[in-house]
Amino acid sequence: MSILINKDTKVITQGITGKTGQFHTEKCQEYANGKNCFVAGVNPKKAGESIFGIPIYGSVKEAAAETGATVSVIYVPPAGAADAIWEAVEADLDLAICITEGIPVRDMLIVRNRMKAKVAAGGKETLLLGPNCPGLITPDEIKIGIMPGHIHRKGRIGVVSRSGTLTYEAVGQLTEIGLGQSSAVGIGGDPINGLKHIDVMKMFNDDPDTDAVIMIGEIGGPDEAEAAQWCKANMKKPVVGFIAGVTAPAGKRMGHAGALISGGADTADAKLAVMEECGFTVTRNPSEMARLLKSLL
Amino acid sequence: MKIHEYQGKELLKKFGVVVPRGIFCATVDDAVAAAETLGGKIWVVKAQIHAGGRGKGGGVKLARSLAEVRQVAGEILGMQLVTHQTGPEGQKVRRLLVEEGADIRKEYYVAALTDRATQKVAMMASSEGGMDIEEVAHATPEKIITVFIDPALGVTDAQALQLADGIGVPAASQAQAIDTFRKLYACYMETDASLAEINPLILEGNGTIKALDAKFNFDSNALYRHPEIVAYRDLDEEDADEIEASKFGLAYISLDGNIGCLVNGAGLAMATMDTIKLFGAEPANFLDVGGGATAEKVTEAFKIMLKNPKVKGILVNIFGGIMRCDTIANGVVTAAREVHLSVPLVVRMKGTNEDIGKKILADSGLPIITADSMAEAATKIVAAVK
Repeated sequence: MSILINKDTKVITQGITGKTGQFHTEKCQEYANGKNCFVAGVNPKKAGESIFGIPIYGSVKEAAAETGATVSVIYVPPAGAADAIWEAVEADLDLAICITEGIPVRDMLIVRNRMKAKVAAGGKETLLLGPNCPGLITPDEIKIGIMPGHIHRKGRIGVVSRSGTLTYEAVGQLTEIGLGQSSAVGIGGDPINGLKHIDVMKMFNDDPDTDAVIMIGEIGGPDEAEAAQWCKANMKKPVVGFIAGVTAPAGKRMGHAGALISGGADTADAKLAVMEECGFTVTRNPSEMARLLKSLL
Repeated sequence: MKIHEYQGKELLKKFGVVVPRGIFCATVDDAVAAAETLGGKIWVVKAQIHAGGRGKGGGVKLARSLAEVRQVAGEILGMQLVTHQTGPEGQKVRRLLVEEGADIRKEYYVAALTDRATQKVAMMASSEGGMDIEEVAHATPEKIITVFIDPALGVTDAQALQLADGIGVPAASQAQAIDTFRKLYACYMETDASLAEINPLILEGNGTIKALDAKFNFDSNALYRHPEIVAYRDLDEEDADEIEASKFGLAYISLDGNIGCLVNGAGLAMATMDTIKLFGAEPANFLDVGGGATAEKVTEAFKIMLKNPKVKGILVNIFGGIMRCDTIANGVVTAAREVHLSVPLVVRMKGTNEDIGKKILADSGLPIITADSMAEAATKIVAAVK
């Protein structure tokens, strides 16, 4: 078991013919069961062709109908990425994973509200991971995204983080001391995104093959604190927490009123304090994440 | 991207928000001529810098005669204006806005920004305008009214009324206040702003609602579709090294410490800075080389870090994924040679082709110190600069 994806997941790649899409699709195909998982690509101008043996369809709906795929990964450039997400939602997929970095916030704001309106009207919910994220991986089964596959080992530890390289750092540390991962999830660093820490923590809590979790956050926004509050009441598994940005200067990333709306609770120190209060084992030393987790098992 | 007040008012005016008549000036003579053109008996001379808190720092002054306009414009233009947002060195004033005086009966606050928790546009208003809104939020949070706007619906009648009522706009001016909120929202959405703030929004003696200040910030991801906003960019107000870095696709922010750091990924870069602090020193900068670093990019990154005279040592931390450690090692060696590196350098590399990368560093003959973990790297660089 794992969360969200496994070796039987069938994946559509949106933006498969672009440079980034091609590069990563090949790497994903090479990883574990990838050859059988990546079953379709989408490009309306190249429908009927194929790339790396993967057939290209004119739309996500058509690709899903033809192949039975339920997940899509999106490498479409920023200007068209929000439309690509909406196309995956309209095709009623289970999950869309958007790797694209640099999508205008307004586009994400509009598409997220449309997604919520669809569910409110009784439509099928499509989960979104990202944008601006590395994707997710279930080691030895399937890798969807841009993370280096070879640093992962199959195991029972969950990892969730906003930052790509910080996810790799945690995974690398775990693998080095002999702890494998059930799934490693990068939720992305954009202000308006899909799955948040709390959503992924719920999934790890329910996953019988996850024993403990490393949750990594960053300065800004209320998400980590919300996840910690939920965990305090519900989480049955040990959690190690780290927040990057203790030394980040205030006001460099957020405007005046932006810091106000989260009530000033979004500094690294404030988040670490909430996480500790909620029962996480927190560290200020990111080199200690895996060793600390091992001590809790 | 930030813009000046006079540019923000131009934008607001374009969207139909009432602003005072004003003229933008770059010299004292222009300021006097502007006051003459505007006419009237009272003028406001305002320093145009991107930082807030200009009034308290002496950058906003009233003048009651043309001679006074000349005097205060001369005082403000060229001054090193220090506010709580500029840092102790202040920001040089190169531009002025001369405006007609306003008949202020009441000062309100209104702002639009994107709220990440609700994933809607938050519009906040307060009866306590003209003050630092963070102080209002701290002392009297009940005096801030916030509504959350669904982009599919825009500002609803109920929301607009809730704001106007909540901040106590008199009945006679309510329709114009509501209209102002709607126009501010339209301006925010259509320009891809990340913050649009009017503080104060005033009520004049004759009942007019007017924007006396304008503060904007724009989403850098959306600038490609707004050449009209990009045209407002003022490089004088930005950090020269940060601009230089952005030309090479490097995200750089200079800080106060003495250890330069070069990292791939924003999260890992912050974690590296935090580790340096944890082991007793302070980072000199944030520097994310991004995903596709080349030898040239790494060399530029070294040059930018070393421009800072405070830098006494450098820590490179790379987690090689798609970017291979041997590529980075070659870049580091090339850069160290090209800049004739004279400060200690610690390199920590993990991931793809880690061993080849380490061998390249060892074979280079350069005095590069290697480390296996972030903690070890930080310990070594802190020791090396002491």
